[in-house]
Amino acid sequence: MGDDAAMPRRAPSRPGHDVMRSLRSAGAFRQHLEITPEPATQVAGGADPVTDTPPLDGPEGKPALVVEHLTKRFGDRVAFDDVSFEVGYGEVFGFLGPNGAGKTTTVRTLGTLIAPSSGSAIVAGIPVTAKNGPAIRARISLMPESPGLYLRLTVAENLKCFAGLYQLADARYRIDRALQAVNLTDRANDLCGSLSKGLRQRVALARALLNDPAVLFLDEPTSGLDPVATREVHDLIASLRERGVTIFLTTHRLEEAERLCHRVAILNTTLRVVGRPAELREQLFTRYLEVRVRAALGDPGRVFNGLPDVDSWAQEPSGPYRLAVSDPDAAAPAVARALVNAGADILSIAESRHSLEDVYLKLVDEDVEAKRR
Amino acid sequence: MSFSWGRVGAIFRKELRDYRRNRFVILTMAFFPLLFVILPTIQLLLVNASTSSAKLDSHIGLSLLYMLMIPAMVPSVLAAYCVVGEREQGTLEPVLITPIHREEFLVGKALAVLVPTLGIAYLVFGIFLGVAAIFAQPGAASAVFEGSHLLVQLLFTPLLAGWSIWAGIAISARSADVRAAQQLGVLASLPPLVIVALMSFNVIVPTLGLVLGLAGALLLVDALGWRAVAAMFDRERLITGTRS
Repeated sequence: MGDDAAMPRRAPSRPGHDVMRSLRSAGAFRQHLEITPEPATQVAGGADPVTDTPPLDGPEGKPALVVEHLTKRFGDRVAFDDVSFEVGYGEVFGFLGPNGAGKTTTVRTLGTLIAPSSGSAIVAGIPVTAKNGPAIRARISLMPESPGLYLRLTVAENLKCFAGLYQLADARYRIDRALQAVNLTDRANDLCGSLSKGLRQRVALARALLNDPAVLFLDEPTSGLDPVATREVHDLIASLRERGVTIFLTTHRLEEAERLCHRVAILNTTLRVVGRPAELREQLFTRYLEVRVRAALGDPGRVFNGLPDVDSWAQEPSGPYRLAVSDPDAAAPAVARALVNAGADILSIAESRHSLEDVYLKLVDEDVEAKRR
Repeated sequence: MSFSWGRVGAIFRKELRDYRRNRFVILTMAFFPLLFVILPTIQLLLVNASTSSAKLDSHIGLSLLYMLMIPAMVPSVLAAYCVVGEREQGTLEPVLITPIHREEFLVGKALAVLVPTLGIAYLVFGIFLGVAAIFAQPGAASAVFEGSHLLVQLLFTPLLAGWSIWAGIAISARSADVRAAQQLGVLASLPPLVIVALMSFNVIVPTLGLVLGLAGALLLVDALGWRAVAAMFDRERLITGTRS
C-alpha cells in the first residue's frame, strides 16, 4: 500500500456508516463543510487518478463481492458467461465493456433483480438467492444509467419515498445529509422535472446514498452528461472513493475508469481480464523507451545491443528509437550512459505508455477477430 | 424481512403526491364522477308523478348503475397505468432495487387507487342521494332510498373497485404500452357490472341474501385476483421484458 492520504484504510462501508459526511468534505462541496476536513484529499478540479489498491478483505475477512462462474442466459442468448471476480471493501471496481457486453445485466444480477442461470455470488456477505433478495437489497444501492426520478415530485419528496422504502429511522437527517452531499440543499423543493440532466443525476446519487450502502452500484453514471456535469459526478465518486466506499462502476468511458478505479475488469460476454490498469498494460503490451537524440546515431546497434533490460530496438520512420525493455526504470540510466558515451545529444528518454483505452481496444479487437474466424 | 406497512405507506404517499400533480389523473378522477353524477341526476329528474312503475324502476336502475360505473372505471384507468407507467418513466428499477417485497409494492399501489376512488364514489353517491331527497318526486326518492339499492351501492362500490384494480394492475404488469394497458383495463372492469346492472334493473330481484351472496362471490374473486397478480409480478420480466 502506498499513500494513505489517497486511500485511507478504514472500516468497510455498511448500513450506518457515515458516507455522506465525507462527501461534504471533498473538493467542490467543501463550501458545505461543517465537519473536520479530511487529510490531504484533493479532488476539486477533477478526480485524481488512483494509484493504489485497497485491501480485498473487510473486517469479517470477506470481500464485498464474490462472483464465481456466474452466467446469465435469456433463452439461447448469453448475456454473460462464466464470470468470476472479487471486489474488496473500500475498492472502486471498474466494469468495462462494449455495449451489449453484459455489464448492466451483471449489475442487475448482483442486485437480485435478475436470477443467475448458473454460478454463485455473495454480495455484502450474503449469498445471492431469491430468498435473500430483500436482505441484499437493503445493503446495496444502485444508480441506474437513467436517473429514474419521479419528475412530478420534488427532490425532497423523491428522497422521502426512498427513505420510506429503506425504512430509515432517521429519514429527515439522512435526506438532509444526502442533499448536502450532492450540493442540492437549496433545490430540495424543486420539482425533479425542472432539473437539468446533470442535476437529476446528482439527485439519483443522493438517493443511492440514503441507506449508506455497503456496495454502491453505479451503472454508466455519466452517460449523456456534458463535460461539466461529468466532472461533478467524477468528483462525487472520487470523494466516496477517498472515504473507502465500495463502488462497482460500469462504464465504457475508459478515462473515467482509469481515473476513478482501483481495479478494472473488461467484460465482453466473458470476462477478459481483471487487474489494475497498470498491470493490464504490462500484461498485454511490451514496455518501451522512446529515445530522441539531436542527430541520428551512426551505429545504433553498437549503442543499444547488450544493454541490461533492453530486449530489442528499432528506429521509427519519424526518427526516434523505440527500445523494448523489461524494466524501464532500470534500463533508462544505462541507455542514457550509452548514448553519452557514443557522443549523442540526448533530447529525451521517456517510457512510451499505453492507456487503458489501448488495453480495452486490444482485447475487444481480439474478440472481433476471433468472431470473424 | 417481513411485510412492512411502512414500505406500503411510502408507495401510497408517493402515489398520492404524484396523482395530485398529474393532469391526466386529475382529469380522470374529475371527468368520470362528473359524468356519472350528471347522467343519473337527469334520469332521476325525468321521473314525474305520471311515470309508470316499470319506467320508474328503469330510471332508478339506470341511475344507480351509473353510480357504480365510478368504482369500476376510475380505478381501472389508474391501476392500468401504475406498473407500465413506472416502466416507461424508468422509475421501476430504482424502486425494485430497494428491499420492497412485491406484495408491499402491489398493496401500496392498490391502496393509492382504492382510497381516492372510494372517496369519490361515496361522495358522488351522497350528492346523488341529496339531490334525490331535495329535488326528486317522492316516489322516485323513496325508490332511491330503498334498502336493497343502498346496500348494493355500499357493498359493491369497494368490491367493483377491487376487481378493477387487480385487473388493471395485472394488465399493467404485462403491458409495454400505457395506452393499450388503460384501454384493456377499462374493458376488464366491465364484466362484474353486468350482474350489478341486472340487479339495478330488477331483472334479478336484489334480496338481502342474493346481494350478500354475490358480494361474497365478488370478494372471493378479488382475493383470487390479488393472488394471481402477486404471482405474475416478476421483477426480472418487468426489468428485462424476459421471464426468469
